[in-house]
Amino acid sequence: MEIETNNIYHGEVLIHVRDLYKSFGDNHVLQGIDLDVHSKENVVVLGRSGTGKSVLIKIICGLLKPDVGQVEVLGKEVAKLNDRELRQLRLQVGFSFQNSALYDSMTVRENLAFPLVRNARHLSKKEVSLEIESVLNDVGLSQTINQMPSELSGGQRKRIGIARTLILHPQIMLYDEPTSGLDPITSIEINKLINHVRHKFNTTSIIITHDLTCAKSTGDKIVMLYDGKFIRQGTFGEVFSTDDERIQDFYKYNFIDQ
Amino acid sequence: MYFKKPGKYVITKKIDSFFIGLNDALQFILRFFKEIFRPPYEFREIIRQCYEVGYRSLFLITLTGFITGLVFTKQSRPSLSQFGATSWLPSLVAIAIIRALAPLVTALIAAGKVGSNIGAELGSMKVTEQIDAMEVSAVNPFKFLVVSRVLATTLMMPMLMCYTGFVGMLGAYLNVHQNEMTSFTSFFQAAFDQISFLDIFSSLVKSIVYGFTIGIVGCYKGFHATNGTEGVGRAANASVVLSMFLIFVEEILIVQITNSFRP
Repeated sequence: MEIETNNIYHGEVLIHVRDLYKSFGDNHVLQGIDLDVHSKENVVVLGRSGTGKSVLIKIICGLLKPDVGQVEVLGKEVAKLNDRELRQLRLQVGFSFQNSALYDSMTVRENLAFPLVRNARHLSKKEVSLEIESVLNDVGLSQTINQMPSELSGGQRKRIGIARTLILHPQIMLYDEPTSGLDPITSIEINKLINHVRHKFNTTSIIITHDLTCAKSTGDKIVMLYDGKFIRQGTFGEVFSTDDERIQDFYKYNFIDQ
Repeated sequence: MYFKKPGKYVITKKIDSFFIGLNDALQFILRFFKEIFRPPYEFREIIRQCYEVGYRSLFLITLTGFITGLVFTKQSRPSLSQFGATSWLPSLVAIAIIRALAPLVTALIAAGKVGSNIGAELGSMKVTEQIDAMEVSAVNPFKFLVVSRVLATTLMMPMLMCYTGFVGMLGAYLNVHQNEMTSFTSFFQAAFDQISFLDIFSSLVKSIVYGFTIGIVGCYKGFHATNGTEGVGRAANASVVLSMFLIFVEEILIVQITNSFRP
């Protein structure tokens, strides 16, 4: 049932996944995943909750280890890297968490400074401050700089979470459910931010979501995950131009402004 | 098609998971000793944690230390006065406080206050993916969270123990002074007559071991918290229970070793 995409992105493959399997006990979450993500491409992984979408990107950034399979990011096989090599790789890979995962004992400024001062120790205080202001400007939240995460709204937390990853200028962005739990208007703002990040920072992205509006507005390529396997991939139109009930059911229960 | 085979148990599920847990804990401790010497060093965080562990426990330590000294002296008086030996009270109290009560009371209070705090804080960070967030932003969470906290508890516990001993002795002095009108100088002279270097040294060793235990157990339990908020509560609780249990086991072992050095 797979459709070969007329992919306009023939650039370098930055993320290469082959024959990936991952189980948690008897729960076989990923069952033979293959995926290539090209430079500057935005790939959306769609699927229902609990189908292993987040597990896939956690394996890509080395937070989880695969049972079987090969995952290469920027030409390096993630599972074979030692701690130091993995940390070097992670400087190039930003991860935006579903619940933002902001450090709740730190202000927004400290949240953003935290990875920067530890990975660029040569920077002066002034340079760190400038970098923080610049990245906060990019996400449109300069006014929150001295606030605590508990004082921010859900949408603001997502933006600060994205800003915290952008501060290291990664080549690759991994977004885990960027619009989950947000109202439709805030979701659209986050979608715009994802596209803005892509153009300003020249990032390659994988976006995990079950929100079709997000998929349509941010994805160049959509892959549909069902029962641990990719059942269809292509552009948004290609993926949903099918009679496959599994895909049509998913489409039916999502509101989308065509 | 590949499927991971369901695990087979070597002995039984419970015994297997006990040994797996023990191995995990040992690996955790070994990692601490590896990371402690590896730059970069988180000096600021270590100092912040020392402040949290030391300064913020002072009120509770002062209260318990003082009451322990006072009550111990009060309770020992009737037995000694039967033999007309109340003059032995200062040295008896000093031996009890310096050899056993100060390290033990400090450790138990710290296990309750600091250990639970570490377990809950790290547990909460774990279940809200804050530790993963550190990991993916190329920061070593073990160094930042675990090494700093374990070092802080290990460094601060001897200081807190000395403070508890001093406050406990003050409590004891108050009771002795009330009853016998003993002067401050003669009370402390009598008290320290029976105290040897070995007593002080073994108490310092004890408090270092207890401090390390409280820190490492709290961090281990917090770092391995699962199942959301329920897991956070469980991590905090397990940190206190396990550290208290280990503190008593260590107490027995260190007393046995120390006694073998006594003439």
